[in-house]
Amino acid sequence: MKSVINKMLFFILISMVVITSLLPFLWFVDTSLKSQIEITAIPPVIIPSGSLHFYYSAIIRYDLLHYLKNSVVVAGATTIITILLSIFAGYALARLRIRHKGLILGALLLVSMFPQISIAGPVWRILQSLGWLNSYQGLVIPYVTLTLPLGVWIMTTFFNELPRELEKAAMIDGCSHIQSLLKIMLPLSAPGVFTAAILVFIYAWNEFFFALLIMTNRQYQTLPVGIALFQGQYTLPWGEIAAASVVATLPLVLLVFVFQKRIVSGLSAGALKG
Amino acid sequence: MQLSLRSKERLFALGLLIPTFTFVLIFAFYPILYSVYLSLHRIIIGLPALGKTFVGLSNYRSLLRDPIALKALSNTFIFVAVSTFFEILLGLAIALLIHKRFRGRGIVRASILIPWAIPTVVSSQMWRYIFNDKYGLLNLILYGSDIARYKAWLAEPFYAFSAIIVADVWKTSSFAALLILAGLQVIPDELYDAARVDGATGWQQFTRITLPLIRPALLIALLFRTMDAFRVFDLVFVMTQGGPADSTNVLQFYGYKKIFAEGLMGYGSTVSVLVFLVTFLISLLYIRTLGRQFRRSEA
Repeated sequence: MKSVINKMLFFILISMVVITSLLPFLWFVDTSLKSQIEITAIPPVIIPSGSLHFYYSAIIRYDLLHYLKNSVVVAGATTIITILLSIFAGYALARLRIRHKGLILGALLLVSMFPQISIAGPVWRILQSLGWLNSYQGLVIPYVTLTLPLGVWIMTTFFNELPRELEKAAMIDGCSHIQSLLKIMLPLSAPGVFTAAILVFIYAWNEFFFALLIMTNRQYQTLPVGIALFQGQYTLPWGEIAAASVVATLPLVLLVFVFQKRIVSGLSAGALKG
Repeated sequence: MQLSLRSKERLFALGLLIPTFTFVLIFAFYPILYSVYLSLHRIIIGLPALGKTFVGLSNYRSLLRDPIALKALSNTFIFVAVSTFFEILLGLAIALLIHKRFRGRGIVRASILIPWAIPTVVSSQMWRYIFNDKYGLLNLILYGSDIARYKAWLAEPFYAFSAIIVADVWKTSSFAALLILAGLQVIPDELYDAARVDGATGWQQFTRITLPLIRPALLIALLFRTMDAFRVFDLVFVMTQGGPADSTNVLQFYGYKKIFAEGLMGYGSTVSVLVFLVTFLISLLYIRTLGRQFRRSEA
């Protein structure tokens, strides 16, 4: 009897956690599928008619696909550059004999912690003097800087966990460090590379603060900036905001459901194993 | 021969690290120093003809007498303390729940990760809509069709501040839960078996075994959450714009306003420096505590 009650209690608690996690977002999905009449109803209508009107309107009137393209370009470029550099740095920190490893990793950790505002003004000035405000590289550069700590930490952790014997054997066979990195370590660390790539992509896809400062021209704005600044004539265009939000979130929901295990292991590798 | 091999290795390592160093030095460390430099000057973005005038510490003196800055400072501290407290508490509860083995655990974990993965701007708009006076879900749940009682939550200081905390706790408790879960998973089952043999109750097992052993994980979760809470910006920008009457104004938002909306690059930079110093000191404190923790657990 007691175990049945325990099981029931457990089930209720788990359901509560899951519902609380999903409900707010589902409410937005629900909103995005309403018609113009349903969305202005007070009290709110719960079951929508399933109209795609707001998706259509977000694309035609609010240029949703343009924001989407910018987000793909910026997040994609950030991920590729950060991961490449993290592989290099991670290998050096995990495998090569260099001094001050702890100091380097600690300094990187510091970078990942300080608030964006403490560097925002100067970063803006540097980009302005280079003429890179409102350009893809202007946003990718700060994103690479801010995601490198995460990437380097994850790659260092993964390289550290690979057995050293393989590499030693390769070296005895006359492999150089470069060959051993490219031919032995890299293929073996593919799961680490993948985990780091997912996390970096999510960061760059979601970032708002720097995107807001650097992309003042609509032509280069990413999805978060677009969604934050959508304006209607008299009221807020909630239907279009909800539709654009669903479009911005769906890729991440897919990533989370498919790669849940990797994300969990990556987050704890970045944070705990240092 | 040995020595040249060694120096070759060093050279190779340096080559691998240089790109990372370049980015981090130019776009993270140099800007910190540059912020300090800017904070000692009067610079107005919209008026480049004025140039830079060195004003010494006068920006800092103004900052200490700026009631909105002080309000933003205290708001930030309250926000950090309250949201972090609830995030760690809920994170611990969720971690304990999903630590057990059960069917469908993968799907449950993935659902819990959704709030973490959602872009902050999206979750901010979502919560702003939930708290909306006319179309909001909260009013619907509380008052049904009695629309005369519908409240404009975000227009009242206390509720607006609470709304931002709720949105933040919703989004980030799962991250805290994951970090704590990683700590739970390294506790060997034998410890619990032994305790049970000795007749320890569930509560005793929790306070005598679980809590002490996950202390490092709790501290790390606390560190990450505190530092992240100091950065709160998106929620405030989207949900309240710092209002009503600066009741939700926070440091990062205030600094942004000063530098980029009002163009006060010099004065705004004092806020940047202040935020950096505060977070730097707190992270040092945490790291020292953590270091002591680990040394104790090794001894």
